[in-house]
Amino acid sequence: MNVLFENAELILSGFLMTLRMLLFGGLGAMALGLLVATMRISPVASLRAFATAYTELFRNVPLTLIFLFMVFVLPLLTPDLPPYEVLAVIALATYTSPFVAEALRSGINGVPVGQAEAARSIGLGFGQTLTLIVLPQALRMVVPPLINVFIALTKNTSVAGGFFVGELFFTAQTLANANGNAVIPILIGVACFYLLITVPLGLVAAQIEKKVRVAR
Amino acid sequence: MTAQATVLYDAPGPKARSRSRVISVVGILGLLALLGWVIYRLAIPQIAANGAETPPILDPTRWEPLLEPQVWQLIGEGALATLGAAAVGMVGALILAVLFAFGRLSSSALIRVPVTVILEFFRGMPVLLMMLFILLVASTGAFLAVVIALVVYNGAILGEALRAGILSLNRGQREAGLSIGLTPTRTRLLIELPQAFTQMLPILMAQLVVLLKDTSLGYIVGYFELLRTIKNLSTFFGNYYMFTFWLVGAVIYLVINLAVSWLGRRAARAVAAKRA
Repeated sequence: MNVLFENAELILSGFLMTLRMLLFGGLGAMALGLLVATMRISPVASLRAFATAYTELFRNVPLTLIFLFMVFVLPLLTPDLPPYEVLAVIALATYTSPFVAEALRSGINGVPVGQAEAARSIGLGFGQTLTLIVLPQALRMVVPPLINVFIALTKNTSVAGGFFVGELFFTAQTLANANGNAVIPILIGVACFYLLITVPLGLVAAQIEKKVRVAR
Repeated sequence: MTAQATVLYDAPGPKARSRSRVISVVGILGLLALLGWVIYRLAIPQIAANGAETPPILDPTRWEPLLEPQVWQLIGEGALATLGAAAVGMVGALILAVLFAFGRLSSSALIRVPVTVILEFFRGMPVLLMMLFILLVASTGAFLAVVIALVVYNGAILGEALRAGILSLNRGQREAGLSIGLTPTRTRLLIELPQAFTQMLPILMAQLVVLLKDTSLGYIVGYFELLRTIKNLSTFFGNYYMFTFWLVGAVIYLVINLAVSWLGRRAARAVAAKRA
């Protein structure tokens, strides 16, 4: 146990780095995912095809492979590169974006066509239909799966620790190597920090899911 | 595919169709420009992060190792190691998922509460941390560490999906099973589980693809799977061939995962058609 308290500072800085990865990776994934989802549901065929290809491509490639590209391949191609932390955020954001896009798309497609038809038939325009009828219904269906995507992202930030980013997993590995007699408390202690993020998020998702479930 | 009405827009008329065609063409041109830029970028001499200038990626000399059969033998062994860990992991995870789901739905609080706590614990932490834990604490060797962590983690997630599936069933199913004299356990196993399984098949298959991708975390804990093989080959032959080997790895992963995803979707469709 003492190892945890003696290295509290190190663990805390690892935790902060994990939070930073989660925040910036999540924001990037949101932006990219929103863009791809918009393309995917647009009436323009070529944009739809591109968005589908993007989703299939990045959903079927392991995160570790993207990290391998960012950390070992990219430095051979360009002279000036940002630090590993930024590369890790880019990798996490690209990997997560198709999952965000799919959550958004299935939310919008989950709204029955009749809702939009009813809106149009009483004379609402495209913007009004979207903002007053479709989006309010889609958003409540989107939020729980979206939170699940971010829970997965939280856990995926640990991969960055295998590629020179000093976050929680990296801290755990370093501490465990330095204190061979206290491996169990170190790893369980670090796991608790991950649970500190994922369990509350899971509870929020379950709560919202219960609250916004619409009986149709 | 002809455009049809969706929740967002009506079936397009002639004016909207021609407009969408124009945007389509612009979009395609944009994509071609992007593709052209990528090819151009690979076809010019590369300047690395340390300032060294090397021949273009498309230079034939960069692809020479791929002519050696031994390289392909190693890559094949790596791919088999990935598939092996995934196969064992998938079977184990599905079996554990059934146990988890039954435990969480148990009528006895003595079983239900501990299983719930354990499930939440396993679901909330990274697989990678679990692999490290098993590797360091049980010193099982890398293969077992990867497989056990994948089984436990995905067993917890698949178990939750199965539980949701069982809960979504009509209550009459369970009552019918009990009323014809089956024990509660047999009702779960013979009546509820098969229906929950088919209902949740799309989610289960998606999670199995995640499991397959997560075998690549073996790279970090030192299991010699496909990615580790790729990295070792580029270390052996030199950075000059890094891009080549990485691309080979990416293509192999894509082919395997797309095939599994496709099989999963087909299975889900076939089951849905049978149920209808």
